[in-house]
Amino acid sequence: MNTESLGAIFLNACLVNNFVLAYFLGICPFLGVSGKMETATKMGAAVMFVMLISSMCAYGIHAFLVAIDAPFLQLISYIVVIASTVQLVEMFIKKMSPSLFKSLGIFLPLITTNCAILGVALFQTNKEYGFLESIVYALGAGAGFTLALVLIAGLREQLNFADVPKISKGTALTLFIAGILSLCFMGFAGLGA
Amino acid sequence: MSNDSASSKQKVTSTDEFIKGLWRDNPVFVQVLGMCPVLAVSNTAINALAMGLATAFVLLMSNILVSLLRNFVPKQVRIASYILIIATFVTVTDYAIQAISVELHKSLGAFISLIVVNCLILSRAEAFASKNTVSKSIFDALGMGVGFTFALFCLGAVREILGNGSLFDIALFPEGFQSWIVMILPAGGFFTLAIWLLIINKIQTRKTKL
Repeated sequence: MNTESLGAIFLNACLVNNFVLAYFLGICPFLGVSGKMETATKMGAAVMFVMLISSMCAYGIHAFLVAIDAPFLQLISYIVVIASTVQLVEMFIKKMSPSLFKSLGIFLPLITTNCAILGVALFQTNKEYGFLESIVYALGAGAGFTLALVLIAGLREQLNFADVPKISKGTALTLFIAGILSLCFMGFAGLGA
Repeated sequence: MSNDSASSKQKVTSTDEFIKGLWRDNPVFVQVLGMCPVLAVSNTAINALAMGLATAFVLLMSNILVSLLRNFVPKQVRIASYILIIATFVTVTDYAIQAISVELHKSLGAFISLIVVNCLILSRAEAFASKNTVSKSIFDALGMGVGFTFALFCLGAVREILGNGSLFDIALFPEGFQSWIVMILPAGGFFTLAIWLLIINKIQTRKTKL
């Protein structure tokens, strides 16, 4: 079914169909933690890691569910896997680097309800990607998410000093920037196709 | 998740629970929850309505079940069990929509499954249904669901009218109308929502001044 090269898959997930700006996945953390550059990068890295692991697990689960002929369990098992991955990552980071654990704080458990991660698992199943392709897809999506988050955070840090009308402060302004960024990313259309 | 102080402290009637979801605590315009589906499937009015109704259904069912089980679920595993309850109803909805209209199922795509991670539903389960009686939870879910659908429809209608020149696939403008392609693109979703937020903010600030 898919003859796309791995590089094309990566570019596609990262730039052309950026998860945040073209698919609107992961908007909640995107609006929530994009205020500061530092938290944005850390959040991006954590999301990317969870994405990678849950994408690998989702591949195995999908194969298993097809084997036992129970596709209706897909959604439930995916969400359980993601939730437990997040838990595992949380415990791992806590053990290995308590300082990083502290700085990530509440964002770590919140990754569970990040739709981008479930989105990656679902899309790779729909597109019938193989194991290697799934990994590359997850990496691309994670990189794209981090990129969008960091770009917005940079812009918002600058905008703190700008004098904007009072009613547009906060979410509305962020949405305007996101819209403009989304227009910019459309320039990547056709790349890697 | 912070707007429920009133419900626990003073007596609030069921209609109040219903009304607050429509306007005062509107999930999209005021609480800014559940943004992903709001932006992703609001490119036409019909998609927006379908998505809103599907979410409202899941919200209602999961609120009822969470409220019924509120005394049995151990505190430590409550979030996990809420997510499982929600995932079950989303799977039901997914198959139901597929049975009703394959076309609609195709145009909504993976976003039906993604209702699972809609923070609106989880936040209602955690902040309201797990602390209130079944009947109150039903009214809360209905209010939030209708409010969510209303907000989605506001976005979907604007984007379809400007981007396609039609509403529910009925052409509104004479031949020569140049449609605003940007409105159906992802960027249009961001812009439309931002403008709605501006309007709502304006109304709110005017109200507080008076």
